[in-house]
Amino acid sequence: MLASFVIVKIVLCVVVFAISLGIAAYSTLWERKFAAFLQDRIGPNRAGPGGIFQPLADGGKLFFKEEIIPDVSNKFLFILGPSLFMITALMTGVVIPWGKDFIWNGQKIAIQITDINVGILYLLGVVSVGVYGIMIGGWASNNKYSLLGALRASSQMISYEISMGLLIIALIISAGGTLSLKEIVERQDAGLANIVYQPLGFLLFFVCALAETNRAPFDLPETESELVGGYHTEYSSMKLGLYLFAEYINMFISSAVMSALYFGGYNFPFASEVYAALGLQEGSLAISLIGASVYFIKIIIFINVFMWIRWTLPRFRFDQLMNLGWKYLMPLSLLNLIITVVVEYFRGNINF
Amino acid sequence: MLTLTNRKKIVSNKEQSFSEKIYLPAVLKGMSITISHLFRKKATIQYPEEERPRSPVYRGRHVLKRDENGAERCTACGLCALACPAEAITMVAAERKPGEEHLYREEKYAKVYEINMLRCIFCGLCEDACPKEAIFLTDRLVDAEFWRDDFIYGKDKLVEPIEKDKRIDISKRQTAAVLEFKKIPGLRHNVLYDKKKIDK
Repeated sequence: MLASFVIVKIVLCVVVFAISLGIAAYSTLWERKFAAFLQDRIGPNRAGPGGIFQPLADGGKLFFKEEIIPDVSNKFLFILGPSLFMITALMTGVVIPWGKDFIWNGQKIAIQITDINVGILYLLGVVSVGVYGIMIGGWASNNKYSLLGALRASSQMISYEISMGLLIIALIISAGGTLSLKEIVERQDAGLANIVYQPLGFLLFFVCALAETNRAPFDLPETESELVGGYHTEYSSMKLGLYLFAEYINMFISSAVMSALYFGGYNFPFASEVYAALGLQEGSLAISLIGASVYFIKIIIFINVFMWIRWTLPRFRFDQLMNLGWKYLMPLSLLNLIITVVVEYFRGNINF
Repeated sequence: MLTLTNRKKIVSNKEQSFSEKIYLPAVLKGMSITISHLFRKKATIQYPEEERPRSPVYRGRHVLKRDENGAERCTACGLCALACPAEAITMVAAERKPGEEHLYREEKYAKVYEINMLRCIFCGLCEDACPKEAIFLTDRLVDAEFWRDDFIYGKDKLVEPIEKDKRIDISKRQTAAVLEFKKIPGLRHNVLYDKKKIDK
């Protein structure tokens, strides 16, 4: 029993790790392709058919580049920065429920590495630790541009985390008071997706997610036009690769979180009717796999929207970014929270 | 007031309206513009496979012509090197030995003839200067190379093949107007050319 449990979890860890890295690698290619398409170009198409080996070529190139550690930097912290950023990016995938439970040899197996009952809090916590990756890296570089980039990154992420937290509180209230991602997703199976109850919440959450992942139009930490490269100015070789790669993993995970919180994760409209029509029994592997693929379709749509926005909007100015975060997003998320509380009170879901 | 284009816009510092302040309408408008480009025809020309059409009088990689018998026309007079504003051309002259008449048209020929394709600005002045109709610019391109040395083209790359069917066609470049221009008396090389004809 214990052995099988351990084996299942190890397999899941490896699969989630591989999928996160694979999706991140191929989002780099797709980002370039998508940008090219939006600009009437073709994009990378030389490495393999349609350019599908481009991520491998890019990664190989990064490995073979000279690794430079500045003399005056703090070597330990300089290496810790990108490692921490990458580790936290990968750790967020742990609590995400990828599919419905299925039954195998009479045992119930969850397609989720662990279902902790404070899943969302865990996510927020890990994401906040991720800020340290940027901050430490930027500080240890001993370079003014890096430091400015790191400062910007940390102040931006902290500011937007506040509205993100408020939005999550509102979501939890309307989703029935559970912090477990699995339960939030399961509850959307029976009822409507949370987007119906929290439209404003979703919009604001999306903006926060953009800022949290340092994606355009909130990519101020790396503004190449003013800060050279921002926090990763001094980084080269695979350490730079880790920073860039972790950003794509963050994008993947935040897409996953958004589709789990607001769009029902692996559920889809008329799911039980479809399963019945296909003659699948409750708890079969096929149902889990179909659910997981639906989930991945949602995630990929979100990733595309992220890219679409990046190649459309120019970057914010830093004061505009702070104004938006503190003067618009935070009051609006508070308003959203108040409306949610009042509505839920009158629906009788909460009482004081 | 007269404007050069009809795209003039008066700039004003008015307060932003509510719809401008919340950014969303403008964001959605921008996104609809970018997505409309997704399925448009791509402007890229994939170079080695596709080539942009070039004018028939395009000034590309040079060729050193042979005459109808297959002898090299160049007599190593150095006028092309003199005319070259980029100083890309160098040559070493040699005397033709008896029995080499089928190889070299004149008594003197270029033993070494080099053009540095990185210096060349493809202005075509060498072509204008040539009294022997020996050097021409063609519509071929200079290939990409990994080493700078490989851009110094010697006679092996410049002289056209001796086989009749492999000759480089420069008739498009040598238009009637060009031929007419080359006959203008008073141009130094024409004077020399004409004198030589008279001597014969």
